[in-house]
Amino acid sequence: MEPVIELDGLEVRFGQRVILKKLNAALTGRSVGLLGPNGAGKSTLINTLLGFHKPSAGTARILGHDVRTHARQVRSLVGYMPENDAYIAGMTGVHMVRLMAELAGLPREHALERAHEAFFYVGLGEVRYRALGTYSLGMKQAAKLAQAIAHGPKLLVLDEPTNGLDPPARARMIQLIQEIRDRGDLHLLLSSHLLHDVEDCCDQALILKDGNVAAFCNLEEERRANRRFLELETRGEHNGDFLAAVEKLGCETAPGAQGRVKLVLPDGVEVRRLYEIAAGQNVQIRRLNRRRDSLEDIFLKAMEASNGRL
Amino acid sequence: MAVYKKTYRPYEGELTPAWRRFLVIPRYAFEELHGRRFLSMFFLATFLFPLVCALIIYVQHNVSALNLLGVQGGRGLISINVTFFMSLLGWQSMCALFLASFIGPGQVSPDLANNALSLYLARPFSRAEYVLGKMSVLVVLMSLMTWLPGLLCFALEGYLEGWQWMSDNARLAYGTFFGAWVWILLLALLALALSAWVKWKPAAGGLMFGVFFVGSAFGAVVNHVQRTNWGHLFNISYLIGSVWVQLFEGSQKTTNGAVFFRVPVGEELPLGACWAVLGLVCLVCLYMLARKIRGAEVVR
Repeated sequence: MEPVIELDGLEVRFGQRVILKKLNAALTGRSVGLLGPNGAGKSTLINTLLGFHKPSAGTARILGHDVRTHARQVRSLVGYMPENDAYIAGMTGVHMVRLMAELAGLPREHALERAHEAFFYVGLGEVRYRALGTYSLGMKQAAKLAQAIAHGPKLLVLDEPTNGLDPPARARMIQLIQEIRDRGDLHLLLSSHLLHDVEDCCDQALILKDGNVAAFCNLEEERRANRRFLELETRGEHNGDFLAAVEKLGCETAPGAQGRVKLVLPDGVEVRRLYEIAAGQNVQIRRLNRRRDSLEDIFLKAMEASNGRL
Repeated sequence: MAVYKKTYRPYEGELTPAWRRFLVIPRYAFEELHGRRFLSMFFLATFLFPLVCALIIYVQHNVSALNLLGVQGGRGLISINVTFFMSLLGWQSMCALFLASFIGPGQVSPDLANNALSLYLARPFSRAEYVLGKMSVLVVLMSLMTWLPGLLCFALEGYLEGWQWMSDNARLAYGTFFGAWVWILLLALLALALSAWVKWKPAAGGLMFGVFFVGSAFGAVVNHVQRTNWGHLFNISYLIGSVWVQLFEGSQKTTNGAVFFRVPVGEELPLGACWAVLGLVCLVCLYMLARKIRGAEVVR
């Protein structure tokens, strides 16, 4: 499968500071999440893919087009929803989206039609003739999404699309993104601080830390492959013996701090056996939760890795 | 398809040619300007002087009209010569300065104020095309005010005087056209650069006048204190006047510039220096635009 986004030793410097450090990745998913703490290089990566920053070394390709040498072609394939406010205050919503669609190459009549459609699609149909400067934050976010999809891009780049939204507006935004993703007409690159947003919308995640690729995971495979595990909180002096006894049952165990244990039960072993062993070792099980490895676990592991790489 | 259909669908229609897309920006800008009544009135008012000039040219060649006005001897009203055309250009250029001050600051600053540049430049659309698109708004309006009326008056005079007059005075048309373009390019670049750096529109408009009037005052102070003429290099109207005299008359000077764009007699500076300073101002404006017109701000 041809990668949607391919990073090939991509390095970006601002003066003496190296922001992106020789990134290599081939992202093939229909929807890719870009995760990382503040300053990890997420926005710089997006800006470089859009041609706003020039790579100092290496290159990146979007749908096979080099962002350095074919910036115009790349941008004709991309719809971009920036992180910050981005609007022309005095213009009405539909007027601005139409302008942006025309700049993307749509003829006037088609641009107008698509602008109206996009506004209705994002739920702003009733306010499309209002000046953008009067929109609420949630409306502005939706208007940014409308201008990003109006020209029918092949890759939709969403930079923090749920920034500043209240819970119902966030749910609506996530629903819209999921709908767009599920139609299968375009690819998604979603940058977010919010792991749930990425988990809800993406099937691959690229985690950046200090300008490096800290982790790359296929969320779809993780979801399929992840066995359920138990998270226990124990108290007692013989925790070590308890773990040894549990392992004899065929369990995989991972002890944590303060009596916490993660373990995977083999087929046929019931939870009741753990309580029996604990009682035998004079260990109390204070809490027992069934869990799956979440994106949060993957993210935290990536952040803990000292060199920024897993 | 009904606009009420709430679904996303990819676009599979035709696309406009890439070279035509920068024209989208002036079209939207003209639509916006059209809605501003004061500007429309001002713009229309700027055609009064060219109309008066055209009327004078007509009356000069109409014996009955001259007789009616009591002017005897045919050509005694006003001479249609280099002073006439330079004055027309001078008045119209001053109107162009006012127009650029009114509409120039509104070109780039609204896009910068709310980060809309990232939306423009995320399209298959370059920074140069953006600047050209914004500039073309000013260039078209100022062309309609300056060289176009000038050339129409020249054509009217040529039509009434005959082909021989036209060929003998072709330099007037040349001077009007290129002289106006020097002024237009300078104003357009300056208006856009100030618009990009000063986000508050009234301040940017005021700064446009400041560059011209404060510059000339500063130049006068330099001349007075240093007992030199080189202070005129800070005076843009002086520089433009010098360039116009050369464009209209070549080496055989009979005038010292036009109204608002005078070169005081005996204080002429080398023409090369005047061109160099004008070029430098344009380069500084381009640099200012290059620094500001970016899809994303770089924090080093």
